[in-house]
Amino acid sequence: MKWIAAAPLAALLLLLPFFAGDFYINLASQILIAAVFALSLNLLVGYGGMTSLGHASYLGVAAYISAQLTSRYGFGHGPAAIISICGTTVMAAFFGIIALRATGLGFLMITLALSQVLWGLAYRMSGVTNGDNGIAGLTRPMPFGISLESPASFYWFALIVAVFAFVMMAIFVSSAFGSSLRGVRDQPRRMAALGFNPWMIRWITFIYAGFWGGVSGLLYVYYNKYIHPTSLSTTSSAEALLGVIAGGSGTLGGPAVGAALVLLLKNYASAYIERWNMLLGLVFLFIVLVMPTGIVPGVSKLMTALRRGSQ
Amino acid sequence: MTQLASGYALEVVNLTKAFGGLTVTQNISLAMRPGERRLIIGPNGAGKTTLFNQISGDMRPNSGEIRLFGTDVTQFTPYRRAHFGLSRTYQIITLFTGDTLEHNVTLGLLGLRPSRWQMWRPLSHYGDLATEARRTLDTVGLLHLAQHPVSEIAYGEKRRVELAMALAQKPRVLLLDEPLAGLSDTERAQVKSLIASIPRETTVIMIEHDMDTALDLAETVTLLNYGRVIVDGERNAVIADERTREVYLGT
Repeated sequence: MKWIAAAPLAALLLLLPFFAGDFYINLASQILIAAVFALSLNLLVGYGGMTSLGHASYLGVAAYISAQLTSRYGFGHGPAAIISICGTTVMAAFFGIIALRATGLGFLMITLALSQVLWGLAYRMSGVTNGDNGIAGLTRPMPFGISLESPASFYWFALIVAVFAFVMMAIFVSSAFGSSLRGVRDQPRRMAALGFNPWMIRWITFIYAGFWGGVSGLLYVYYNKYIHPTSLSTTSSAEALLGVIAGGSGTLGGPAVGAALVLLLKNYASAYIERWNMLLGLVFLFIVLVMPTGIVPGVSKLMTALRRGSQ
Repeated sequence: MTQLASGYALEVVNLTKAFGGLTVTQNISLAMRPGERRLIIGPNGAGKTTLFNQISGDMRPNSGEIRLFGTDVTQFTPYRRAHFGLSRTYQIITLFTGDTLEHNVTLGLLGLRPSRWQMWRPLSHYGDLATEARRTLDTVGLLHLAQHPVSEIAYGEKRRVELAMALAQKPRVLLLDEPLAGLSDTERAQVKSLIASIPRETTVIMIEHDMDTALDLAETVTLLNYGRVIVDGERNAVIADERTREVYLGT
């Protein structure tokens, strides 16, 4: 049943560039990037119970490393991508050691503080990051010699990466390790008594989430061909967190739906209303009141209720 | 290896734990032979659960030593002690409420296996784990509820899941914190026979208030009061002791 329901969605995603205009194709690419980012944050928030307000660090740092290497040091996109992902992952390992000294609010504050440090550095170290001007004039990679300059070709590229990321994260959460992670989220003390090492489980997850955050950062900088310190800002982290919670944290589809919602509101509403943040706030409030667990769990509950009612 | 050098499964030596000015366990010493069944009794606030928390590693003592089969584990983390053969249940039910009974017991099995680090293979593909979890659920009489989430089952059944999770680990030393608390008479009898059927390879130390049931299961009894060991020894000797009547059984 589930697969039959997924087929039209898969067809829609795959064939979108054939019937949609450039504006919508680009919007869809942005949604895919935001979805990968939100999915990686969801590993922490939804499956690990670690609410982070600094996840933009991984997106931003991967983007900056790639931008630096390709524009200043003349690296090809392949090596630059590998180095930036490795660098971001190592940074996640280091940040994890610091942030996982605490749980709950303490953890949130440490992740926030660390990302603020990076954001500040991106602004101030103008010799490296070009400060408030950002780094412009970047190029997109050409995997197997295929140009990604057209909206459609970039969209398919982003789609392949996003689907791969989704599958990898789905495997991760349904694995034995994923069960350990959910167990540590729900009953850390019991898990330790059963022989699990809660700290190590959280740390590995933190690193893995940082890795996929870095992947979304690469997509982000390829898409925009430009990088600015705002990509490291708290707003950027908070938007993703909002998407995760609105869509349904701890579900696989939720963060993608949430990320799409945030981006659609941002793009559509901002054309009509200057204070689109206010509208986002209202929508978020509505979701929290009507479906406290998020859109995806809320809607599926509604569907079950309707099905039962119709029988 | 100094294992079994002392011949005891579990030794507690001069264990002291204080919260600020309040000393909760004071110079507690115990020694248990492998396979022994011991009952810890004492009024509320005697320090029984605090003693358990120190043995399992949830709390660090201020001073004193804990040895498992001759190895000093005082500085070990709780999960290291688990790999050393120590399991426990909780007085306040600590289960994974959203997950099925089978999943709960599976976590107990997974905790001691290297496959808990496996990130590629779905947990549902571990048929051997599921089979063993179901076998354990069968021994506690809950096989028919294996696919139900914990949140849907009755309190007495949850108590048995607590037990099943610990039993699945085939521990060498098992700490049972009030396994009969809040159970009906029928459930009590069920859990009693369950505890009685625990194999002799497992050393069992149990906190329990229901003396009528628990005394039948125990060979030795330790009476605690105000964080100290008052009486300690063979069951009948402890029951007959005047101090026991005074502190606990009195009138």
